[in-house]
Amino acid sequence: MLSGMKGYWYRFAALLLLLIAAWLLWSGIYTPLLLGLGALSCVLCLYLAHRIGFFVELFSARAILRLPRYWAWLLLEVVKSSLDVARIILNRKLPISPTVIEFDAAPDEPVGQVVLGNSITLSPGTVTLDVHNGRLRVHCLTREVADALLSGEFNRRAAELMKD
Amino acid sequence: MQSAVDVLSWILLAAGGAFVFVGGLGALRLPDFYTRMHAASLTDGMGTILILVGIMLQAGWSLAAIKLIAILVCLLLTSPTASYALANAALLSGVEPGNSRAGKAEN
Amino acid sequence: MYLVVSIAILITMALALVRALLGPSVYDRMLAVNMFGTKTVLLLSVIAFLYGRPDFLDLALAYALINFVGVLAVLEFFQSRSIRRAADRVDGG
Repeated sequence: MLSGMKGYWYRFAALLLLLIAAWLLWSGIYTPLLLGLGALSCVLCLYLAHRIGFFVELFSARAILRLPRYWAWLLLEVVKSSLDVARIILNRKLPISPTVIEFDAAPDEPVGQVVLGNSITLSPGTVTLDVHNGRLRVHCLTREVADALLSGEFNRRAAELMKD
Repeated sequence: MQSAVDVLSWILLAAGGAFVFVGGLGALRLPDFYTRMHAASLTDGMGTILILVGIMLQAGWSLAAIKLIAILVCLLLTSPTASYALANAALLSGVEPGNSRAGKAEN
Repeated sequence: MYLVVSIAILITMALALVRALLGPSVYDRMLAVNMFGTKTVLLLSVIAFLYGRPDFLDLALAYALINFVGVLAVLEFFQSRSIRRAADRVDGG
């Protein structure tokens, strides 16, 4: 886990490299004027990122390494729930049973809760309504989806992703 | 080999188009605001992934594929955030979520 | 095939517009507009390949970013308006 000034400069360098790569890829014209404008906008972006506290430690570098596995699981989850929701919408009787559930978020830092809330919203059939003081309020399209969510798989995965 | 990739990408595109259409249908058919959000997230999540990955397979390894990945990542990060902002704004301004069944299930 | 997908997206955009016109609440309309925006991004990406003009992808990316910021800005506006209305009701009542 990176800490203090060292972590700050690692993040700074990572964002700088990303911005330079993005500019060079998207621009495609390599004249001094445009490269100068690119440098200027990179500096501006870094300044803005500094101002919103982007370089203060929000998550560990190891969380990024765990991200692909989490995304693979999330993709599978999205596919499954998409098929369910599509079946419900196409059903003539529209068998919905809207349910609102509340539960505590397992990740205790803000980024983990954002990841959890956004993952829940991204998978169809569940929409995060409110995240407040570590408590999530989620609207579910059917009661089965609500029960599945209350069993805590999302919570466990998100906490696992964000643990140090 | 090339034709296998082609077939796969056509399948993904067709499935994506179908999901996008079903989501649009749901936005019209479902009865209240919060349930309509599920239909929107159907097109935003699954439809986007399928269509953009389908196009990506057609693009192959090129600059276009990198741009498509950037669009996909950008959409997948922003659309749940926008949905949350929308749902939260509706909740805070007093649109009631769910119906009478919601109270019993709450714990 | 690109044509079929773009027609599917266009139909969905039309459905979203119908929802935006029907309402009934402001949030329903915003939901429809947000959906319309993300479908525009998809449509631009498909058109880039339908007509073989990869520069449309840049437009799609820019539109994705603008759509996100736009939805947030409009929501902020409506939310502050509803807060002010609630305050007015308390003052008046």
